[in-house]
Formats: sequence, C-alpha cells, structure tokens
Amino acid sequence: MSQGVLQAKLWYAQRISAMVLGLCVSIHLLIIFYAIRGGLTAEEILGRTQGNVPFAIFYEIFVLACFVHAPIGLANILEETFSRGFISRLLPWVLAALILVLGSTAVVGVYTGGNV
Amino acid sequence: MSNTDLKVKVWRGTQEGEFIEYLVPRNPNQTVLDVVTYIQRKLDPTLSYRFACRVGMCGSCAMTVNGVARWTCRTHVSQIVKGDSLEIAPLNNLPVIKDLATDMREFFDKWKGAVGFFKGDKTRHDDFAKVEPESTQRQLANAGIECIGCGVCYSSCEVVQSRPNYLGPAALNRAWTLTNDVRDVQQLDRLRAVAGDEGCHACHTQGSCTERCPKKIEPTASIAGLKKLVARAAVRGSKWGKL
Repeated sequence: MSQGVLQAKLWYAQRISAMVLGLCVSIHLLIIFYAIRGGLTAEEILGRTQGNVPFAIFYEIFVLACFVHAPIGLANILEETFSRGFISRLLPWVLAALILVLGSTAVVGVYTGGNV
Repeated sequence: MSNTDLKVKVWRGTQEGEFIEYLVPRNPNQTVLDVVTYIQRKLDPTLSYRFACRVGMCGSCAMTVNGVARWTCRTHVSQIVKGDSLEIAPLNNLPVIKDLATDMREFFDKWKGAVGFFKGDKTRHDDFAKVEPESTQRQLANAGIECIGCGVCYSSCEVVQSRPNYLGPAALNRAWTLTNDVRDVQQLDRLRAVAGDEGCHACHTQGSCTERCPKKIEPTASIAGLKKLVARAAVRGSKWGKL
C-alpha cells in the first residue's frame, strides 16, 4: 500500500472515530449531569455503574474511538512538527496502547466495582 | 515631496534583499500595478516585475501587498493603503527570481503532479460528449473551473509554507474539477496522486486560499471534496476502481 493510500485510510478512520466521539462526548456529558444529581461520592457512582452492561459497552466504545482517533492525530502533529522518524512512529503506538489498556481497565473497574 | 505622495517600499533583490522606499504621486483610481509601473518607468528602470493583461484575466501580476497576496492590477491603492504607505513584495512560498518576479515553475509542476490536466479517449471521429449543464458533476466542476493560475492561494497557504512538497490549493482545486469531468480517463491515477500528506489530506482547512482567491473560488471546498472521494476510494473503492 502506498503512503498516500495509507494516509487516506487513516484520515477516514479518524473522521469516522470523530463522529463516534462527538456522540459519545454528548452522552458522556449528559451522564455526568445525571450522575451528580444525588451527590458525587464514589459509592453513589459505583452503585449505578456496577453490573450495568449498557454502561460498560458504551464506555468501551468511547475508549475504542479514542484509541483510533487520538494516536492518528498525534502522529500527524509529530510528523508535521518534527518530520517523519522513529519517535513520530513510536509515540502514537505508545499512546494507543495506553488509551486501550488504561481505558479498558477503567471500564472494567467501574463495571465490577474493583471486585474482579 | 508633495503631501499626496505615496511612500512605497518595494522588495529589491532575490531571496536575499531589502525593501527600498520610493515616492510615487497619488492619482485617483490608481492601482497597485500603476504604482509599480510608475516606479519602473520613472524612478528605477532596473525594477523587475511581471504583468500582462492589466484587467484581471491573465493572473501574472500577483504580488504581496501590505502582507497579503493580491492581483495588483485589480487592487486600488485606496482600498488597502495604510496612511500613505504601501509595502510591495513578491509572492510568498515561491523562489524569487528578481525583485517582484517569482519563479512559478514549482507551482505549475505541482499541477502536473496532481494530474491536473485533461486526458480523454475520444477522437475527432467520435460524437461530442454530452454533459448536462445541470448535472451535479458539471456543477461541482463549474465551481472551481475559473482558476487562472495566479498563485495567490498558493502564496497564502500556511501548509505550503510548512510542507514544501504539499501540492497546494490551486493544483488540488484543478484535480477536483477534473475528477468531476466525466470525459476524463485518468481518474485513479489522479486520486493516487492527490492522496496523503503531500496531497489533499495535509490541508488544515484554514481557508486562507478561499479568503484570498480573487476569483472567489473555494479551493478549501474542492480539497474537502477530494479528501472524501480519495478516502472512500481507498477504503471502499470508487466507480473507477479501488486505490
């Protein structure tokens, strides 16, 4: 695959993931407004999220959209600022791994309440 | 010096050089090209600049006036003068040959690089191609077809400045009009040529090209059209095949 075609595919992936993120951020904000009605303690929040499957699926989709979107953006910024090289290829992969692992861990954490 | 004189700073030199100030009498309805011509004819015949038609048809007299790329023939001094001062420089993002004349080769080579030229498969023995004036593709092509290649958009583009290999707004706009030309037969080659970070996907959508285009063309919209078309062709394929 030529560099141009790869760039075009990455652009497409970033565009689609941006659409998903737009929706997720809106729902996320609404959930925050809803969640803080009765107070903002960890117990209150975990009480709602523990064992809540739609909640877990929604936030995992959120994590996956970030996993696709952010590293492509970082790669573009690094390439434009410092030109293409080892670091500008490595860092986006590191960011992708961090988002996927930390994000998914957080989703599992609030779903199980830390009792795995 | 009369108090109606313009103080005109003009770039003299090549890539290296300096601004030299000239005093030019103010006239009603005077254009920036009139000012440059006055300097060359009356004050300093060694000044180099480029022009041809004087009426906004040829696209050869574009320069950077008070920091903004413009056609000098269609810019009245009264529209842009700051106090009594003007600053006239060659176009940005292009090598300077001398004074106000830039080397446009790179600009036109990029049109070729973007497959910005027509190629059909009909001969004189075939019938005329029938293109409905109201068809979507004809309308999309119409929106960008009036470009005369003056280089104002290219000179105004921040991405060209930071990425010298970027094809630029004019070449991509031309590529977009041709992707909407149903008679053209090199569509896949063109999509490959304009894909990626030297082509349409490098555009930051800052819109300077659209704001500055003297023909009111919107290269930003053309590039957005190319981005979608190319990305879809790369992922799902297009009516001409897959990239």
